Amino acid sequence: MEQIPVLKLGDFLLVSIQVELHDELVLNLQDDLTSRIQRTHARGVLIDISALEIVDSFIGRTLGHIAAMARVLDATTVLVGMRPAVAITLVELGMSLKGIRTALDIDKGMALLRLSLDEASDETGVSPSSP
Amino acid sequence: MAFGSLERTKFVTAASELARNTLIHGKGGTVTIFEVEYNGRTGIKLVFADQGPGIADIERAMVDGYSTAKSMGLGLGGARRLVNEFDITSTVNVGTTVSITQWKRR
Repeated sequence: MEQIPVLKLGDFLLVSIQVELHDELVLNLQDDLTSRIQRTHARGVLIDISALEIVDSFIGRTLGHIAAMARVLDATTVLVGMRPAVAITLVELGMSLKGIRTALDIDKGMALLRLSLDEASDETGVSPSSP
Repeated sequence: MAFGSLERTKFVTAASELARNTLIHGKGGTVTIFEVEYNGRTGIKLVFADQGPGIADIERAMVDGYSTAKSMGLGLGGARRLVNEFDITSTVNVGTTVSITQWKRR
């Protein structure tokens, strides 16, 4: 089965998509990522799409599904590196990827993931400052 | 024939939406690629044809969010916005033909 590699880095899973996606490949990624989140207890997922020239409505919708599924599994998803041409095309297509966080590059995406992890621990009151 | 990256992304994305329509709604079909020339301008034209159930109300099918299948129905209206020229003809129980053209910038 053709697969996109998923790397574990601390609390996060990293996915760097280096080939153009087709339907089956992005659905495999969805299955693989959700089971990896469950197995590794990852709290964040970073998906790098900087190599992608084409994101059509099916792929855009599936990326949105991945983010929603990760959310239900208590992990935040950040999509990074979208090319300007892809952003223009998606919006003109009528798809603004609401509900999925984005960042310009991997560094900013990682910072966003760390921030969301800090916010989550503050809310649950497990911060070291509590008496 | 070389296009800029934005034109390429838009056109290939539109082609992907239409190919999916041909496959899912049209039950399969053909796509034909033409290099076209008009008034000294060159471009690329794709014609998607199927012998599927056809579309009864094309105007309604072009509206975002309208879809008879489980997709979101962005396909036709979205594809039209991404290309220079868009043409659709459809007859119920005969099939649907959609053509899109992108002209190279001078």
